[in-house]
Amino acid sequence: MKRMGVVALNTFREAVRDRVLYNLLFFALVMMAASIIAGQISIGIEETVIATLGLSAISLIGLLIAIFIGVGLVSKEMDKRTLYALLAKPVRRWEFLLGKFGGLILTLAVNTAAMGVGLFLALVYVKPTLERGDATVFVAVYFIWLKLALVVALALLFSCFTTPLLAILFTAGIYIVGLYVQELRDLPVAVMSPGMTAFTKTLSYLLPNFENFNLMAMAAHSRPVPGTLIAQNTLYAAVYCAIVLTGAVLVFSRRNLK
Amino acid sequence: MSSPAIETDNLTKQYPHGFLNLKKRTSLEGLNLQVEEGEIFGFIGPNGAGKSTTIKLLMRLIFPTAGSARILGKPISDIEMHRDIGYLPEQPYFYDYLTAAELLDYFARIHDMTAADRTECIHRMLKKVGLETAGKIQLRKYSKGMLQRVGMAQAILHDPKLVILDEPMSGLDPVGRREVRDIILELKRDGKTVMFSTHILSDAEMLCDRVGVIVGGKLRGMGAPEQLVDLKTQGMEILFELAGQATAALLSKATRTGDRYRLQVPEPELYGAIEQLRASGARVLSVAPVRATLEEFFMDLVEADRAQAAAVEVSGK
Repeated sequence: MKRMGVVALNTFREAVRDRVLYNLLFFALVMMAASIIAGQISIGIEETVIATLGLSAISLIGLLIAIFIGVGLVSKEMDKRTLYALLAKPVRRWEFLLGKFGGLILTLAVNTAAMGVGLFLALVYVKPTLERGDATVFVAVYFIWLKLALVVALALLFSCFTTPLLAILFTAGIYIVGLYVQELRDLPVAVMSPGMTAFTKTLSYLLPNFENFNLMAMAAHSRPVPGTLIAQNTLYAAVYCAIVLTGAVLVFSRRNLK
Repeated sequence: MSSPAIETDNLTKQYPHGFLNLKKRTSLEGLNLQVEEGEIFGFIGPNGAGKSTTIKLLMRLIFPTAGSARILGKPISDIEMHRDIGYLPEQPYFYDYLTAAELLDYFARIHDMTAADRTECIHRMLKKVGLETAGKIQLRKYSKGMLQRVGMAQAILHDPKLVILDEPMSGLDPVGRREVRDIILELKRDGKTVMFSTHILSDAEMLCDRVGVIVGGKLRGMGAPEQLVDLKTQGMEILFELAGQATAALLSKATRTGDRYRLQVPEPELYGAIEQLRASGARVLSVAPVRATLEEFFMDLVEADRAQAAAVEVSGK
């Protein structure tokens, strides 16, 4: 456990030194521009525009980091052979893998939290009086982070058995399909064969439901989030991550390094 | 009686290749190797002979197709055994965003060293490998030789009982090579076991108590360097110089270096040759046995392996 923490902190340090957090500057610029423009072009819906734009930017920036850095977590170490010296030390492969995962989700936590605070400040700028529902934006940011953790787990799994390019394509593909899981579940049964119905139904439950983590509408309208939804989504992400990471560990533990 | 530091039993590694990975290429075939505690063992062979494959198998970076190995009496799958071993990968590459001191600190933390131990140990290691002034420079600015030194430092950082070095002299200038040789000898003095792979035979001859010669994935010879080459003692060499205008009948067979001549003769003909030289006015300076070098022994094996491979190819056609 301690060794996992050491690997995680080093992964976080790598992200910081590789200037991954510089995206925060870009986000800050987007938020400043959005606050000014929203004030000029919209009357009465400034906070809706800013919340939607801000959460979309947090999600998009986070996704880019989760997919591209997530895929490189292990593949880069294998390509550059930086993990040779590490794995010769008393470190189990699963400790290394989970450490890398922990490091990136820590990076994403810092990143999304900083952007969440930035978004909140932008909302305060356009709406000086705060209500309880305005805190929903933080829950929305938390849900984005949960979603990103799941994306990182998937990227890690794919990078354990395929090339980085294919791993990026697979992860992005699953993410896109995962946004439409509900639609897959609601396909018109009448026009499909029983076999096809069973297949799409099963698939819809196997695939990660990323739409579950979308709180944009609620945050935009400052509607409070029920505690049960927070608990459900946290549990869903934790269980799904555990399953995917178990798969990644099983693959990586048997893999011959170059 | 203590168990060997390294012991392999029929260790074999095959890689699938070709269409649908149906063919197998054998990188290592039935390796039976024993490295005794406290010795310096050289693992020598040409490029692609199976040296790095063996070391990677021992480090569990790759997994054997057949056979098994034990290190310090424990199966290689026992992760706790890794506390007592140090490993330098071939052409090491480390996290280039870290400084040498940070990298060593990272590995020291992995070994559960305390903060005080880490500070003292990192300082000592950087000094030992000649990087005390470069410890705070990011590794991306390091030369290949400097990275090799950092690699050496991380391998011995935690005072391991067994140190396995994959091509430790690679990329080093003469000063660096000398320093690595000194470190290896120092490790032996401290009672450690060292196994290193190399294709630089002079290093192996100079340092090793025993060597294993691997060619084409098979172990072709193992023993003390002098034992291996003693089998091929090649006569005697007479060093002489000519006094005045004297000439010798054997002169045409001798090699001249400045005013001196070297003449190689079979051992039974030694005394006859000396008599002839003295009779013709030559002054004999020294007589020494001519022994085959490890290189010659090694090259014979490589040539035999190539000839065998060519024969297989021809018969395959």
